[in-house]
Amino acid sequence: MSGRTHKGTAPGECSQRDSAVTPMDCTPSRGRPGSLAENFFFSALAGDRSRRTPSMKRTRPAEKAPGRRRAQPGQKERAGGSPGSGSPRRKQAERKGRRELLGDRERRSAEKTCGGRRKKDGRASLREQRAPSKKEKETRRKEEMRKQLKKHRSSSVASSTSSGESLSEEELARILEQVEDKKKLIASMRSKPWPMARKLAELREAQEFVEKYEGALGKGKGKRLYAYRMLMAKKWVKFKRDFDNFKTQCIPWEMKIKDIESHFGSSVASYFIFLRWMYGVNLVLFGLIFGLVIIPEVLMGMPYGSIPRKTVPRAEEEKAMDFSVLWDFEGYIKYSALFYGYYNNQRTIGWLRYRLPMAYFMVGVSVFGYSLMIVIRSMASNNQGSTSEGESDNFTFSFKMFTSWDYLIGNSDTADNKYASITTSFKESIVDEQESNKEENVHLTRFLRVLANFLIICCLCGSGYLIYFVVKRSQEFSKMQNVSWYERNEVEIVMSLLGMFCPPLFETIAALENYHPRIGLKWQLGRIFALFLGNLYTFLLALMDDVHLKLSNEETIKNITHWTLFHYYNSSGWNESVPRPPLHPADVPRGSCWETAVGIEFMRLTVSDMLVTYITILLGDFLRACFVRFMNYCWCWDLEAGFPSYAEFDISGNVLGLIFNQGMIWMGSFYAPGLVGINVLRLLTSMYFQCWAVMSSNVPHERVFKASRSNNFYMGLLLLVLFLSLLPVAYTIMSLPPSFDCGPFSGKNRMYDVIQETVENDFPTFLGKIFAFLANPGLIIPAILLMFLAIYYLNSVSKSLSRANAQLRKKIQALREIEKSHKSVKGRATPRDSEDTDKGNSKNGTQLTKEGTAHHPASQSQTLDQKAQGPGASSSASKTVLPVSQHLPLSRAPGVRPDSGQARPQAHPWRSTSGKRVWRPPH
Amino acid sequence: MEGEKESVRMRVFRAGSCQQLFYRYQDLAPQLVPLDYTSCPDVKVPYELIGSMPELKDNPFRQRIAQVFSEDGDGHMTLDNFLDMFSVMSEMAPRDLKAYYAFKIYDFNNDDYICAWDLEQTVTKLTRGELSAEEVSLICEKVLDEADGDHDGRLSLEDFQNMILRAPDFLRFTDSVKFPPFFHL
Repeated sequence: MSGRTHKGTAPGECSQRDSAVTPMDCTPSRGRPGSLAENFFFSALAGDRSRRTPSMKRTRPAEKAPGRRRAQPGQKERAGGSPGSGSPRRKQAERKGRRELLGDRERRSAEKTCGGRRKKDGRASLREQRAPSKKEKETRRKEEMRKQLKKHRSSSVASSTSSGESLSEEELARILEQVEDKKKLIASMRSKPWPMARKLAELREAQEFVEKYEGALGKGKGKRLYAYRMLMAKKWVKFKRDFDNFKTQCIPWEMKIKDIESHFGSSVASYFIFLRWMYGVNLVLFGLIFGLVIIPEVLMGMPYGSIPRKTVPRAEEEKAMDFSVLWDFEGYIKYSALFYGYYNNQRTIGWLRYRLPMAYFMVGVSVFGYSLMIVIRSMASNNQGSTSEGESDNFTFSFKMFTSWDYLIGNSDTADNKYASITTSFKESIVDEQESNKEENVHLTRFLRVLANFLIICCLCGSGYLIYFVVKRSQEFSKMQNVSWYERNEVEIVMSLLGMFCPPLFETIAALENYHPRIGLKWQLGRIFALFLGNLYTFLLALMDDVHLKLSNEETIKNITHWTLFHYYNSSGWNESVPRPPLHPADVPRGSCWETAVGIEFMRLTVSDMLVTYITILLGDFLRACFVRFMNYCWCWDLEAGFPSYAEFDISGNVLGLIFNQGMIWMGSFYAPGLVGINVLRLLTSMYFQCWAVMSSNVPHERVFKASRSNNFYMGLLLLVLFLSLLPVAYTIMSLPPSFDCGPFSGKNRMYDVIQETVENDFPTFLGKIFAFLANPGLIIPAILLMFLAIYYLNSVSKSLSRANAQLRKKIQALREIEKSHKSVKGRATPRDSEDTDKGNSKNGTQLTKEGTAHHPASQSQTLDQKAQGPGASSSASKTVLPVSQHLPLSRAPGVRPDSGQARPQAHPWRSTSGKRVWRPPH
Repeated sequence: MEGEKESVRMRVFRAGSCQQLFYRYQDLAPQLVPLDYTSCPDVKVPYELIGSMPELKDNPFRQRIAQVFSEDGDGHMTLDNFLDMFSVMSEMAPRDLKAYYAFKIYDFNNDDYICAWDLEQTVTKLTRGELSAEEVSLICEKVLDEADGDHDGRLSLEDFQNMILRAPDFLRFTDSVKFPPFFHL
């Protein structure tokens, strides 16, 4: 008896055992109460499985069964003889640790049953030629596997006597086929939604055993390598995930923005994302300017007090450190590296011989260059993103419903946020949906829109004229003496009044138009932008006037300076032999340095803008929220729902504020290199401050709407502002002479002369010639023309491409529709067919009904299997399989099911009338 | 060869995490679950404990998940069920399998179809009932409209898979159903 349990059992015995077991083991494969002996349960499923799926293949070889059957085990045995004894044991050892806890009961049961079987085998040794069933092969193989397991467990030495039976080509092919089947099964095992997945995995492991046993025909090598590779793959996945997490953690304020997005919707979040983007851009600009201009100047340039431009003049010295003076960026701050005037026109500084004026100019140019590049690039990438999202349009709500929950959330705060964000996103989609379904009086809407636009254009024209008028008047006032306070500040007052009252007016008028809030926001942004342009225009005009005034005075001051120095050195009363010490730099009379004045102007504007923003937020939002919140207890009407209420976050105002602020930075950074630093600080504080303010004192918009996928509109406005701010800077650089006694370009006719100078002095002469040749208008004009042509060409190409894209999308949509209608037709036809197949199924295998829990998941898995094979197969699969699964008693939730499952059709009678319900068998 | 690769991967996966999972299971109810499983005791951890696991406690569908994976649909889990749940929820599980179980989770009344009532339940759970009744019904209508391939007023498994396997987020869904603390092991 014990000899038989060893590995090298004679093939004859193997088949004996098989035939003996067959009658018993066949039924268990469908009907055995698989709870006790789990190994049998697995094998039951295996039998079931292999019988069902590749049934076409199986029946064929089974016809010639008897002779071949005898041969098969022998072949198996021989094949598995040598490697099988080694590798399974290794595997066993691998598994042991895991098994200690979990697998003991299986082992026990396996041993028990195997022991029982052994006796049977002995008895039935003579009946080896009988019981020709195709399932027998399965069971035999299982038996063998079991035997092996047994052997390993008892860890006795295998004494194999290899079989001497012959083995035909046919046999080999069949075995290979089986091995392939097994492999397929194992491969697809993981995607089978069998409820007893763990046990099935056990089964598969056992099958792998067999496979190794059989398939040691040369396959099955390199398992360690596989294991190692898989381990590495898993590690790699983990690493990638961790790295992704790390990357997300590295994105600054991601959590804050997500937080805001979940409560206020993506439109408000889009502002913060824009703010963050802006912060990034400014950080780069800051690095550029600080690294290449300010730090070299501080480290290597002449120190403070060495020359007049780096010294506070004698007249200002007393007050130069007062806070009120510093607050106005006068005094010591004015004569610091933060401003243009501080820089010396020495061609090279320090031991590095760093060409500072050149660097200054190039940095000024590259600030614009970088900004243009980054804005355009992000616009382009936004565009790309928006075209590739065609598919998800079809399933907006479904995806929101089924995939929006993040199963990783393990923190109740995050979960709260997630709930809020899901709610918000549903609301957003609902707004979109309602808008797209809205059908109203088209003529009325059109009329109202025209009217609204007309009104707003009137407003804009009126305010434009007002600004023009006021500016004109102020120019007159500036020439007059003793003007009143109002007359002096008229422009500012008018501007701020316009800025205060026009946006709400526009909003009121825009209510007529009845746009989707997202489109409405765009219109609003555009209109306020137009209004603010007036602001910009007046500001620039005033600045230009100032500059021209200073420039006209410059000549006289230059003379004064010259003569002062001349008199100082040539005055009498000094010992001629000893040269006079140079005049103290603070005493040298100097020009007004219009560049620094411009820089200071922008600096002040930025700071005051920042303060105004913060104070507005503090008063308008926070105090209002506090008032509403706490006075509501003792007020005669409901403050929260009634008049003051809480503030909504003003997206358009904030976005435009940000954009115009950035315009100021671009314009001012050439004349005040420190401005970008201030702006970085400003953006940083405003990020935190506004995040706090939004979360603490604002309420979500009445209609939470989704931001457009790409915030290209913001970017477009930004580009426009960038262009507009490029113009004055370019104008001053190209056509105004720099101050004679301050800044890196002093003494030159124009600022760009620094390039020419560098080319002439530092480059070889032929390069200079080439540059001169390139600067020839005869070459520049064709180049510009060529660029225009290229733009035209690319534009038309992209247009045609997008048209093709749209057409393709339409086609896909149409195909989908056809498919849908096709399916619905089929769906109506399905019930009858499937009823037939259902009957057939139950006739074929009476055993199916007994199967209970095991059957249902198997059939489901088949559905999945066939779905994987392709769309063609899937419909037929559903036809045949779904009904089978339906007539089974579903094992889950016995308490819930019957009543809820039945109650639904009654609650929705129209559903129960449709096809499939009707024939659904009661249970 | 493909099959072999799969199986080896499976083994690696199992060898790595099975034991840890068992300890976790045991930790849920130390007084109920014996450390020694050799006698294969018939132990179930009640739903209250399963649902309070950090991976599930904030999940709006925790009850459904527990019900789907438990043997009797009552949320009480044996060790097998527990392992089952984690193997499906792990990132190694294939998409099809996940889609299948996701379908079961969303099928609240276990009738093998996601009907309008199931959808309402889902929305209510996802939003904690913060949407009005009209909004909920609008959403359900839209979902059925979008995903119901055969126009029978409910989503079959096929419809559901058709839809969900196209979801850009489902990749994330599948990857993110990964229960951080121990599937990293």
